[in-house]
Amino acid sequence: MEALALLQDVFDILLGFGLLWLAWLALFSLDLFRSIVSFISFGLLMAIIWVRLDAPDVALAEAAIGAGLTGALFLAAFAKLQPASVNGKGSSINPQKQSSRKQLLRWLPALIMLWIASGLTIAILALPPHATGLTSEVTSNLTASGVSNPVTAVLLNFRGYDTLLEIVVLLLALLAVWSIGSSVPSIESEPGPVLDTLSRLLVPILIMVSAYLLWVGAHAPGGAFQAGAVLGAAGVLLVLSGWKLYPGLEGFPLRLVLTAGSITFVVIAILTMLVSGTFMQFPPAQASILILILEMVATLSIGVTLAALFIGSPPTDIKKL
Amino acid sequence: MLTEYVSAVLLVAGAIFYLAGTIGLLRFPDVYTRLHALTKADNLGLGLIVIGLSLQASSFAAAGKLFLIWLLVLLAGASVSHLVARAALHKGVHLWKR
Amino acid sequence: MNTVFLYALVGIGLFCLGLFALIVQAHLLRKILAINIMGSGVFLILVALARRTEGGIPDPVPHAMVITGIVVAVSATALALVMILKVTESSGQPEFPDEESK
Repeated sequence: MEALALLQDVFDILLGFGLLWLAWLALFSLDLFRSIVSFISFGLLMAIIWVRLDAPDVALAEAAIGAGLTGALFLAAFAKLQPASVNGKGSSINPQKQSSRKQLLRWLPALIMLWIASGLTIAILALPPHATGLTSEVTSNLTASGVSNPVTAVLLNFRGYDTLLEIVVLLLALLAVWSIGSSVPSIESEPGPVLDTLSRLLVPILIMVSAYLLWVGAHAPGGAFQAGAVLGAAGVLLVLSGWKLYPGLEGFPLRLVLTAGSITFVVIAILTMLVSGTFMQFPPAQASILILILEMVATLSIGVTLAALFIGSPPTDIKKL
Repeated sequence: MLTEYVSAVLLVAGAIFYLAGTIGLLRFPDVYTRLHALTKADNLGLGLIVIGLSLQASSFAAAGKLFLIWLLVLLAGASVSHLVARAALHKGVHLWKR
Repeated sequence: MNTVFLYALVGIGLFCLGLFALIVQAHLLRKILAINIMGSGVFLILVALARRTEGGIPDPVPHAMVITGIVVAVSATALALVMILKVTESSGQPEFPDEESK
């Protein structure tokens, strides 16, 4: 048993240093493409660390969003930046010349960082080694929440406000992206037979996995955000294999799906206020079904919003307005 | 008891394939040979680990889920390797010659 | 319990590394990578400290906060990347103009 504990410590230390090393590569390696690939591996390593810290819900979200979707976003932006930075090559060479003064200026932030790091380290080490936090409150109210996975209970019931606002943040980000409306054309891809077949095989599987995650979230790791992220990934795969939204669906139906999550949330919140007197306080008897409805609609909205964020430019009929 | 030993042997064998694949990924000279190294780890290494773990699984459903993960990785790994190699070929990356 | 503090310290390291890169690096794409890594550092500290419970079940509230944070981070990243493309379009380079070189 001693040896096993030692092995686990060694594994943790290796993971920790691996994470720091990948972060360094992502931030300071000379090749930007290599940086982005390091960042994606950083996200995957992070997911392993979440499992080590007994946070499987976070691990699922990190693997799907932190490593998957964020990486895809960075790679797409990198591809779109390429022609521009080739044109601006003349101007981007001169930083090399004036580097001596910049090199000197690097020492100041480095010293400040060391100071901040040591301050934070002292603060963390001064914390008591044991703290219960809100665990006992959550577990004692779990039966009234309608689900048995404590993280889902916190997200959808106890701290429903946060989740409502988060879905609104996603929607706002998409609105901002659409209104900035980059004129850089989206990536044109010729999928080829393999990618085409892969997307035909994988998209149904991804939709099924998304539904599974949504359902299982009530009593095991999973839930609306993980399910939505998987759905968003299916959307990204469809976009990459050259699939386009049927034009008739680009207007009102698309906007309805995008806002359905927020609307349902607000409607249910107001209904619960009328019934029980408190905003977003679910009656324990109906909590389970209310959470399921909320999660289903939220998953759909999150998935479509994430895919739309990846595409970046608004659908054609909105551009005309 | 016997299944535990068999499972341990399979897991170690899988880990060895992963190690070999990783060394190949780091040491091989070009994209194509690196992909070659990687697929060994993905397909065979993961397969051995999945068989080893499913021997210890608590139920048939859990073993079935592990097996599905392996199938998914086989499908995705093969397709993605093809896409990477195709992109490299289109970009004009030459085959490594001694 | 050592694991908790190990990962919390790694989180501090990530946060400070990210902040340093945010100040030093000029390329805007790298600045966004830096902000993402800073965020990961904060999440790591939160989840590591959530595991200090005695019973073995970690505190679910920080976990829920971190999941919320991951989703907010990806939407902010998407917005920031579109803004970078816009800056590059108008100024010709993916960097903010230098004060001196004006």
